[in-house]
Amino acid sequence: MSTRLARGGRLIDRARPVEYRFNGRRLTGFAGDTLASALLGSGQMLMGRSFKYHRPRGPVASGAEEPNALVNLGEGGRFEPNQRATTTELFEGLTATSQNHWPSLDYDVGAVNTALSRFLPAGFYYKTFMSPRPFWKHLYEPFIRKSAGLGKAPTQPDADRYEHFHHFCDVLVVGGGVAGLLAAREAGRAGARVLLMEQTAHWGGRAPVDGDRIDGQAAEDWVRHIVTELEAMENVQLRLRCMGAGVYDHGYALGYERLTDHLPGADGPRHRLWRIRAGRIVTATGAIERPLSFAGNDIPGVMLASAARDYAVNWGVSVGDRVLVVTNNDDAYRTALVLKEAGLDVPAVVDARPEGGGELARRAEAAGIRVLKGKAVAKAKGGKHVTGAVISSQAGEGAMLEEIACDAIAMSGGWSPVVHLWSHCGGKLSWDEAGAMFRPDPDLPPTGADGAGFVIAAGAANGHLMLGETLRDAAEAGARAVSELGATPASPGALPAAEAPEEAPLFPVWMMPQGAGHELRSKAWLDYQNDVKVSDVRLAAQEGYESVEHAKRYTTLGMATDQGKLSNINGLATLAQRLGTEIPKVGTTTFRPPYTPISFGAIAGEARGETFQPIRRTPIQDWHEARGAHFEPVGQWRRPYCYPQGGETHGQAVAREIDATRGSLGLLDASTLGKILVSGPDAPRFMDMLYTNMMSTLKPGKCRYGLMCSENGFLMDDGVVARIDEQTFLCHTTSGGADSVHAHMEEWLQTEWWDWKVHTANVTEQYAQIAVVGPNSRKVLEKLGGIDVSAESFRFMDWKEGVLGGVRTRLFRISFSGELSYELAVPASEGRAVWDALLGAGEEFGATPYGTEALHVMRAEKGFIMIGDETDGTVIPQDLGLDWAISKKKTDYIGKRAQMRSHMADPERWKLVGLETVDGSVLPDGAYAVAEGRNANGQRKVQGRVTSTYHSPTLGRGIAMGLVLHGPDRMGEVLDFPKVDGEVVQAKIVDQIFFDKDGEKQNV
Amino acid sequence: MSEPVSALGGLRYEGFVRVEELPPRGMVTLRGDLGSEGLRRAVRDLTGLDVPDAGGVSQGAEHAVAWMSPDELLLLMPHAAAPEAVTQLQAALAGEHAMAVEVSDARAMFRLTGSGVREVVAKLAPVDMSRAAFRPGMIRRTRVAQVAAALWMPEEDCVELVCFRSVAAYVFGLLKVSAAKGGEVGAGY
Repeated sequence: MSTRLARGGRLIDRARPVEYRFNGRRLTGFAGDTLASALLGSGQMLMGRSFKYHRPRGPVASGAEEPNALVNLGEGGRFEPNQRATTTELFEGLTATSQNHWPSLDYDVGAVNTALSRFLPAGFYYKTFMSPRPFWKHLYEPFIRKSAGLGKAPTQPDADRYEHFHHFCDVLVVGGGVAGLLAAREAGRAGARVLLMEQTAHWGGRAPVDGDRIDGQAAEDWVRHIVTELEAMENVQLRLRCMGAGVYDHGYALGYERLTDHLPGADGPRHRLWRIRAGRIVTATGAIERPLSFAGNDIPGVMLASAARDYAVNWGVSVGDRVLVVTNNDDAYRTALVLKEAGLDVPAVVDARPEGGGELARRAEAAGIRVLKGKAVAKAKGGKHVTGAVISSQAGEGAMLEEIACDAIAMSGGWSPVVHLWSHCGGKLSWDEAGAMFRPDPDLPPTGADGAGFVIAAGAANGHLMLGETLRDAAEAGARAVSELGATPASPGALPAAEAPEEAPLFPVWMMPQGAGHELRSKAWLDYQNDVKVSDVRLAAQEGYESVEHAKRYTTLGMATDQGKLSNINGLATLAQRLGTEIPKVGTTTFRPPYTPISFGAIAGEARGETFQPIRRTPIQDWHEARGAHFEPVGQWRRPYCYPQGGETHGQAVAREIDATRGSLGLLDASTLGKILVSGPDAPRFMDMLYTNMMSTLKPGKCRYGLMCSENGFLMDDGVVARIDEQTFLCHTTSGGADSVHAHMEEWLQTEWWDWKVHTANVTEQYAQIAVVGPNSRKVLEKLGGIDVSAESFRFMDWKEGVLGGVRTRLFRISFSGELSYELAVPASEGRAVWDALLGAGEEFGATPYGTEALHVMRAEKGFIMIGDETDGTVIPQDLGLDWAISKKKTDYIGKRAQMRSHMADPERWKLVGLETVDGSVLPDGAYAVAEGRNANGQRKVQGRVTSTYHSPTLGRGIAMGLVLHGPDRMGEVLDFPKVDGEVVQAKIVDQIFFDKDGEKQNV
Repeated sequence: MSEPVSALGGLRYEGFVRVEELPPRGMVTLRGDLGSEGLRRAVRDLTGLDVPDAGGVSQGAEHAVAWMSPDELLLLMPHAAAPEAVTQLQAALAGEHAMAVEVSDARAMFRLTGSGVREVVAKLAPVDMSRAAFRPGMIRRTRVAQVAAALWMPEEDCVELVCFRSVAAYVFGLLKVSAAKGGEVGAGY
């Protein structure tokens, strides 16, 4: 059983006990503990259940690579699933629950899966649940979803805040172990801007645990001194609890800083995402120990040798009273020595190497530890906890030589450099036969814009696992980074001297024992989190999944939240063995960021709540809100749809607004309309290219409606153009189109017609624009006074500049409703004042603000098209009967050539008409008119569709527009429009101008 | 004539830096050949300031001239002076291919004050805000989170930021959350 030792624990403060809860139990740990070390210290080895078989699981590691010890952490707005107990720092009041079990961690019904495991092999889902098809949706999927899955999803909004931070530096060093520290010092001494980040809360990495010495000091002391030195450098930034999450193109990297995970509720953001642009990135990310594949290697109590050592040295925790060590290399002897020194029993070190180890092995033997050479653990025994191990020859098939009682097994299959960050952006790996590991290939780094490599791996992450070579490599990496950036490395000081024992070579072990039969293989776990065993990978190979990427997906090896940090190398070695090929031939799967999962909050940063996205506001928005407007999104604007009063429905409000406007006076906030100024000697010919109609002939003081097409001929935007002077035009665009139309203009000017003398300026927001509409609109303007608006002096499609009611105003006499109508453009800073003045002056006429729906209905009554309703990116002006607005005289305009293509000129294209329902009802939006017969797919043929449809309060009936085959030639014909419920609505083809066809209302 | 109002009526927020919306400011966009003697003289006559180099901003007591692109300047002045400034520039540049247009009310302006202003900006804009890279006299046209912005430092520990008027509330929200106490980064800026 695991327990807290009486002594030791370099990271904990025994004077500061910390209370926490696990599955409702109140437990105590110490400040400096991780949740995993605290639980182990409290005797809690069982921390979760596995994903597929619900097998009992304890921690197998002590850091970021942990696959098993995942918990639901926190409560309410701070609840988060799948948190690794090994990287969760303990804090007062921490609350965690274990995952994947029902009804309890100790007694789990789903564990029956493990008894059925021979029926749940790799690819089981694919083979079993494919047919009959309907069963998937109604039976299999609900069942699988219930029984599988990791933690629960949070149910409450996140209580914390998050942020991004953009940072630029010369050298980013990822990893604060001895290699990272040394590389950062080399770069820092050369004067480079350095950012050094370490994912844990402590500097130094593994060196202080391993007990080696640097420059005659304990590694821990050396680390303290170099950190002090770095802290004194102004050009060096050090961040703890900050993980290098990903490396991207051109020296871009993400750092994931966890600021208050260990201090929940503290002031400030919980996570900060560093968005870094670095000249060079040094990855000093260390190495991860590999498990050994033997039967029962997932029983709680079996863990990595390095983890057992970490728990003892860092947190004063013993993982068991009798810890059997099994290894294929020298490093695990350090664990045996540490445990022995802590007063624990190490019954034996089982060394797979026939010749055994080097200096460390001799020290172990000298300490009285029994060493078994050329031997293997054939099988770990136990259920919820290890009780013993069956020892066999590594060379054989697993025949028992003896059984050793133990309550923990510390295993080491060698070390794999953490090559993730090197690989994220395309760095290649080479296979190191001696170390049985993939390491960065220095000739094939990820390259930047200049073709040079921008990532430099250093230390253990570069395959230099021994302390001496780690330090030499790291110093070189730091110096190389600055010299590649054109700086001069500081004069090389003496390399720190490492004192570490000589180590004997490792012996690759991919299956223990090497001749293990199917029964043992089917209990030897490769991927703990996804429950993938050696037998599963072999089965995948047997069934033809030879590519590592296919085998991964077939077996789910490495696809869990730990992304195979422990399992990948063992898995692909198993695959290679089964395929009879070499490991480098099989290759690795792709390393993708982030290195470990990062929070959604960190990714979102400030983008939540009121700053989730920009909402654009007009100068009159406050009034609309105060008036209780119902809003609709138009681009990033929120425009009033209508202003319901009392208990009005939206439909009633719209009808009232239309009646008031057509009857007397309506006001519309049209500030969102795009307004783009086009100016210069070549502006007239530029305008002729932009619009389908002739704009160069427009006289100053006059307005003209125009259409704008894309290069492919499709109608893109429309609006009224006012000519300001000989060389200046003001283009009104749709509300949603202002930015894209401005970009369209600039693109043509900058890429095609760069020699034309034209300037553009988007002045949309300079003005508040208000439409004053209805028979009494002239009167209200006359009341404000200052501009002559008499019918004779200010005609339809004129514009004037002046001072109206004391405010600088550009006044347009234009109409989108068919009424006598004006639009006022005034400085935005005075927009609200003008709106209030109009409401005041219009009071006697019952001035009624109206929203976008009334606008839409009134324009439809007049048969005016609306971009986005009548157009959808596939419609050309000719489809809409707008030929009158397409100049026949111009040699060219944007889209002209495209409109000459055979499909565009095809008389079979659907054309715009009005549609009048026979029964007066409102046609459903988007409904199709059906034709006789069926097409090649057996679908009913269609001959038209509805593009706009409304109830017209003016006419007291439903009106619609639509595109219909040969529509304008079929006036009076009745079409069938089936509804979704099967009913058919009949509608007659009519002219699309439903109201005041002769324009008598606006020409007054 | 009514009193001009800014987008947010001068909202303020006190975090680890102070954020305040500034009153309406006069602004004129001037596009043209920034190298032409006529344009440079017209700018000097109007503002008393020289046309800045690329990425720069010239600042005077009441005026400032900011480089916006290879053929565009932003002239800042008292709000009431902008209409007359446009007229004056148009007259002075009648013989040149140039455009002067008032944009005062199309914008909102914020001032950040305090020793952490560089960090607040760096949370929102992909700009190197370290002292070595960004100094008073420089301007960046960039983005803050999801919207366009331009910013400069009238002096150390002070940033002025201009954005479109319609997104003033959004930008104020961004600045507030980024300047909230406890969010100091300590990045050595």
